[in-house]
Amino acid sequence: MKKNRRWALGAFLIVFAMPTVSHAMHIMEGFLPKGWCVFWAALTLPFVVLGFRSIKKIIEEKPKLKVLLAMVGAFAFVLSALKIPSVTGSCSHPTGVGLGAILFGPTAMAVVGLIVLLFQAILLAHGGLTTLGANAFSMAVVGPLVAYGVYKLAKKAKAPKGVQVFLAASLGNLMTYVVTSFQLAIAFPAEVGGFTASLVKFMGIFALTQVPLAISEGILTVIVYNAIKAYGNQELKDLNALRGEA
Amino acid sequence: MDTKVKDNHKFNLGKNMILFFLVVLLAITPLLFLKDAEFEGADGQAEEAITEIATDYEPWFEPFWEPPSGEIESLLFSLQAGLGAGIIGYAIGYLKGKNKQEK
Repeated sequence: MKKNRRWALGAFLIVFAMPTVSHAMHIMEGFLPKGWCVFWAALTLPFVVLGFRSIKKIIEEKPKLKVLLAMVGAFAFVLSALKIPSVTGSCSHPTGVGLGAILFGPTAMAVVGLIVLLFQAILLAHGGLTTLGANAFSMAVVGPLVAYGVYKLAKKAKAPKGVQVFLAASLGNLMTYVVTSFQLAIAFPAEVGGFTASLVKFMGIFALTQVPLAISEGILTVIVYNAIKAYGNQELKDLNALRGEA
Repeated sequence: MDTKVKDNHKFNLGKNMILFFLVVLLAITPLLFLKDAEFEGADGQAEEAITEIATDYEPWFEPFWEPPSGEIESLLFSLQAGLGAGIIGYAIGYLKGKNKQEK
């Protein structure tokens, strides 16, 4: 109990010390200089192209996997609509791209993530069209890549399946926000301390807000993965065969 | 490993319920301990943070359309979640039914 109080107090102090700092998931419309918008969009584009190819290949070779593909897309849709309160006294939302990255590989999720971001940018004024490239890079490119990489590593280390999935999804989530802080810091270096000061500022906030959400995303991904494993074992085998893994 | 499917792949409802409960707990805890916090969706605050660092920065693009109120925005967010949840439910049901038939 005492420990909890101290923890809450620490979180309180952070909230009051930096009352105006953001924990928003996506970079807002118009809030990234044009050069950076183009830069991040260009970096994202090849992944999206590869993603379209990968999805096309999956659907052509194993049409039955469409159900599973729709499901991982829907999972990203649901999770990125859930704004969850966090220890810093503000809300943020998970990304939901880790599950798809584990099952379909990282590039397929570049497409799915982009669709989610487009939906939110156009209909919800959440994120933005000009910042789409930057947001897609963090959520649809880096997040899935990290999730996939962590999954492979944990698999190699022979961790239990649940741990593999949990680590992949939660670290993918966390890294998405680290990249967002990086993008903001590099575009808006502080007058005193420059890039590093901005990075420390954005990162400290983002990481702290995101930690419980990353854990939540990890757990939710494990639950859905368990369901897929229980009822869609044939589909999982098809996927592994398709991606050349026994 | 792949041939022994049945038992260790069964969906353990109790275990997964506990996991789900953990997620709920994680979301509720901040609400209990941070009574004065506003829990804003921090997009607006982000704008302030940036204008604080770069005082002369002017956003160069505006969204074409914004939800006219918080209610409409939450409507769209719940539609997003509801649609997604529906598809997930459908897919799991589909897989489960197919699984049963094949046995």
